[in-house]
Amino acid sequence: MYRYDEFDHAFVNDRVAQFRDQVSRRLSGELSEDAFKPLRLMNGVYLQLHAYMLRVAVPYGTMNSRQMRMLAHVARKYDRGYGHFTTRQNIQYNWPKLSELPDALADLASVEMHAIQTSGNCIRNVTADHFAGAAADEVADPRPYAEILRQWSSVHPEFSFLPRKFKIAVTGAERDRAAIQVHDIGLHLKKNEKGEIGFAVYVGGGQGRTPMIAKKIRDFLPEEDLLSYTTAIMRVYNLHGRRDNKYKARIKILVHETGVEELARQVEVEFAELKNTELKLPEQDIAAITAYFAPPALESRAEGWAQLAQWKKADADFARWVQQNVQPHKHPDYGMVTISLKPIGGIPGDATDAQMDAVADIAQEYAFDEIRVSHEQNLILPHVALADLEPVYRALVATGLATANAGLITDIIACPGLDYCALANARSIPVAQEISTRFGSPERQAEIGELKIKISGCINACGHHHVGHIGLLGVEKKGEELYQITLGGSGDENTSIGEIIGRGFEPEKVTDAIEVIVDTYLGLRLDPSETFLTAYRRVGPQPFKDALYGDKTAAAA
Amino acid sequence: MTDKVLTANRLSDGISVWLDAAGNWNESLQEAFVARHKEAVDALEATGKQAFADNKVVDVNVVDVEEVDGVLRPLRMRERIRAGGPTIPYAAGYAGLSAIRSAVA
Repeated sequence: MYRYDEFDHAFVNDRVAQFRDQVSRRLSGELSEDAFKPLRLMNGVYLQLHAYMLRVAVPYGTMNSRQMRMLAHVARKYDRGYGHFTTRQNIQYNWPKLSELPDALADLASVEMHAIQTSGNCIRNVTADHFAGAAADEVADPRPYAEILRQWSSVHPEFSFLPRKFKIAVTGAERDRAAIQVHDIGLHLKKNEKGEIGFAVYVGGGQGRTPMIAKKIRDFLPEEDLLSYTTAIMRVYNLHGRRDNKYKARIKILVHETGVEELARQVEVEFAELKNTELKLPEQDIAAITAYFAPPALESRAEGWAQLAQWKKADADFARWVQQNVQPHKHPDYGMVTISLKPIGGIPGDATDAQMDAVADIAQEYAFDEIRVSHEQNLILPHVALADLEPVYRALVATGLATANAGLITDIIACPGLDYCALANARSIPVAQEISTRFGSPERQAEIGELKIKISGCINACGHHHVGHIGLLGVEKKGEELYQITLGGSGDENTSIGEIIGRGFEPEKVTDAIEVIVDTYLGLRLDPSETFLTAYRRVGPQPFKDALYGDKTAAAA
Repeated sequence: MTDKVLTANRLSDGISVWLDAAGNWNESLQEAFVARHKEAVDALEATGKQAFADNKVVDVNVVDVEEVDGVLRPLRMRERIRAGGPTIPYAAGYAGLSAIRSAVA
């Protein structure tokens, strides 16, 4: 993985010192709240319902065990013993004291981590496929390009005060695991007919109050043009993006109002000016960054095949976990392990300091020291020999992290919601917990198959409800929580925005409604291989509306 | 008139606090001073502005409450959760906000 050079170290340390001074001046009263607020936000510090919140960047979701141990240390020393992994592959702490935050950031800097650009109207942490560098279906590792974008965008003077925040995602496979079509810019790494690397470029996707699917404006952008073309997009957005209305300020609105053809034309005009400038990426620079992400030397471990078969035969729970949480690796003797942070009835994305330490230990011993955070709020060990799956599983069981539910109905995404978030209108976590408990039996989950439930506690959609196969949006109606259900959303290579199914449900009725939807699906699917999403796309919303509301009048009410 | 209390977050650690009858920022809503008429609300607002200006607290707000059997209850759920802490048990192994609050009370 990428290692800081001298410049990176000096930059992050200087930033910590600067923030320490700012916090000190705020606490002494020298700086007013109005002056300080934008400064703290630039360092990932929010004020939430109960306390400050610190959001730490995990660039493209990749870290090593030393960094994971530091995240555990921060949870233990500066927080209340846990952290929350987010849909942007970051981690949030819910209870840090402002007075201690400079020390926490200094500790993070010692392992090459920071909270810069995890807030504010700038280019945020670039996200990528959590199976990058390991997936069997990958064309190329997206992380070197995400790292190049990170370096280019860090405190970029021209793009530090954009009309609104800006999110870029990169995927390196046909199967989109980074939800690139709901990002401001989505980059799909591919090869052309000559075997050269480049990108399909999507622009103007996003969720929030106006969900939109990104439009493709380039079929194939050569890799050397990555920064010049991205700069061209940013310039068009920075110039024409709306600053008069916060709710219309994202690039998706600009794309929508301008029209994708005209916007693409404007980008091409800018690009023509920039194409052969210093932004052109030299081949040796791409190679140098790519070298940081060279895969570990994976020796042949063919003995794992027979061992795995034996272990699976001897232990049904282990077999179920392998079936659900281990994906094929490029190397046939290895697998990619999803560590579910969705225990049945638990809090999606939360991990204690002890669990983080345990994951670090496991990664160091069995997984070449590599850990990923997925946008689905799970952790990933990208390189595990089949021969080591059994001890990895035992170690995960010991720390309560062996739930065999990746991609199933209990693998729920949920934002912090009204339990923590100052913006939320309704709670998300208790809803996720109840649904998880209701559907928690392994047999029932297996019968239902792949089904992604995503829950947001407000219209900002941090819980990605628009792209949930079943999405839940919490709203406040007459002082009470109400949950609106959407069906048919998806955040993959066939992205779709879920459709609102009818009137919302009270908290005590929402799990029953989910059960009606699930039972309706089970009753109408052609066979068990037809997933919920496929079935929904075949039959549309009506059977679900009929089951939920009985008649059309009720559904419209 | 709806009863009102003054709430904010403490500057140094961000913890939710309520103004009590002695003029201190208390971590318990139940200790809050309740304004029951306009003059008292005006006084709360003035105190809040001053405390903000003095850099003691941030995000200062007057919120509606009702008193039921001697227990103060904010009318909005958001404020009830601010007062009571997250409605969920924290990650396994953590005792919960109520334990913290009773420990410091």
